[in-house]
Amino acid sequence: MTSKANHRSGVGLQVRGLRRSLGGQEILRGLDFDVRPGEIFVIMGPSGSGKSVLLRHLIGLETPSEGEIQVDGQSILAEGVMNKYRIAMVFQSGGLLNSLTVGENVGLYLTEHQLKTPEEIARVVAEKLEDVGLKGTEGKMPSELSGGMRKRVAIARALAIEPQLIFYDEPTSELDPLSSVVIAEEIASLNERIGVTSVVVSHDRELSFGIADRVAVINEGRIITIGTPAEVRRSPDPMVQEFLTAGFKRPATV
Amino acid sequence: MFQNVGEMALLFWRAILALPVAWRQRRKVFEQFFEIGNASLLMVCLLSFFIGAVIALQTGPMLVERSLSSAVGGVVGLAICRELAPVLMSILIAGRIGSAMAAEIGSMRVYQEIDALRTMNINPIHYLVVPRLVSIAVALPLLVVFAILVGWLGGAVVSFSNDRIAIPIQTFYSNLRDVVVVKDVLNGVFKSFVFAIVIAVVSCHQGLTTRDGPRGIGRSVTKAVVNSIVIIVIVDYILTRALLGA
Ligand SMILES: Nc1ncnc2c1ncn2[C@@H]1O[C@H](COP(=O)(O)OP(=O)(O)O)[C@@H](O)[C@H]1O
Ligand SMILES: [Mg+2]
Repeated sequence: MTSKANHRSGVGLQVRGLRRSLGGQEILRGLDFDVRPGEIFVIMGPSGSGKSVLLRHLIGLETPSEGEIQVDGQSILAEGVMNKYRIAMVFQSGGLLNSLTVGENVGLYLTEHQLKTPEEIARVVAEKLEDVGLKGTEGKMPSELSGGMRKRVAIARALAIEPQLIFYDEPTSELDPLSSVVIAEEIASLNERIGVTSVVVSHDRELSFGIADRVAVINEGRIITIGTPAEVRRSPDPMVQEFLTAGFKRPATV
Repeated sequence: MFQNVGEMALLFWRAILALPVAWRQRRKVFEQFFEIGNASLLMVCLLSFFIGAVIALQTGPMLVERSLSSAVGGVVGLAICRELAPVLMSILIAGRIGSAMAAEIGSMRVYQEIDALRTMNINPIHYLVVPRLVSIAVALPLLVVFAILVGWLGGAVVSFSNDRIAIPIQTFYSNLRDVVVVKDVLNGVFKSFVFAIVIAVVSCHQGLTTRDGPRGIGRSVTKAVVNSIVIIVIVDYILTRALLGA
């Protein structure tokens, strides 16, 4: 879709033979794919197809039953990998710390790792909040915000990490159409500005095809098709076609 | 409840290894410390005063009848500093602070806040467990010192004012000074230090292992309190034997 100005900071991801069983059921049934440095990679699929579980493995929160996830050739679970690369995740429900203010949440990574002085952190926090359209909300508590605002704070918090690889779980699921567009634009522009690699999970077809460099469609823990948006649209797989074209049709009235 | 002893020991060990980060987390340690103080100081006063009072009431008349009125101060003093203050205050704190620890950490787990910490490469043990462990391990022994003093006062007041005991406050205290030595007080305080660690480890462990969504938080809180109390009473026996050298 867009030409990437530079790939200086983006880092790629390799998934090899990933399987995971949870509660006696195989949720991820053998996934192999690469995410290339600096691209926007969208994972689509119906609810319950294993998208969130997949993301939790990709960022190293879960240990696969089989297979491996590598960042730049090293296992994500290896000691020190999370130190070496800056990786961020925007959780489906935001994952904000409810006991901290919005500002403290956004600055958490920088504060805890003592990467900047408190004044610099305050400046970064203000800047990132402005980026997501929430200027001046530093002092609010997460419980005072709507679902959509919390998600935008979560995005600001991820941006403050200055990530090389960023995961979004349903970034637009609780947003109104206008905010969805803003977030989609933000994901795309971030990608262009700092060359970050983005992995976006979504079942929002418009968002996905609007921003994706490549799309993977998963169902029941397997990838059923993967490619550029154009390639995926042309996929002959009936399941893919059904997922891409399904729409609400008003029952014919007599 | 005991199948988790291994996990709790591991959590304790990791927290010990992470103790040097307590200095960096000092702001959170202070916050927790003052929260414990604020939440419990009044309760500790009230509870320990009446514990002292009731012990005097139970033992005083019996001793006086046997013309042992000079022993009342010693009996009440020892019972409070060796056993009642450390154990009952720890149980109070398990109910008041252990439950809060399990609830806070449990809800952070359920609402993916702990996952978010991990994705930010922030160790939940450093961020959540160490500040709580350190603050309660300092606060509870201090509260117990306080409770011992207030408990003695409660004993003295009842011994003086109750008609069936009626011994002067000076007599009570001079007997207490003859019988109770510094080591007795230190033993009690040391026990409460160990109980504080029990409360922090059990409650943080319950919080961190909360399962099954919001419903699981209530279960974690209950288990944190009940398991803390049971372990405190068992550890109390073991420690008492060791400290008395019997
Ligand atoms: N901890 C778990 N234990 C058992 N099953 C789980 C667990 N987490 C997710 N699942 C199951 O895995 C499947 C995929 O879930 P998820 O990845 O959340 O779907 P989605 O694609 O909507 O994000 C669902 O059927 C869900 O019930
Ligand atoms: Mg999901």
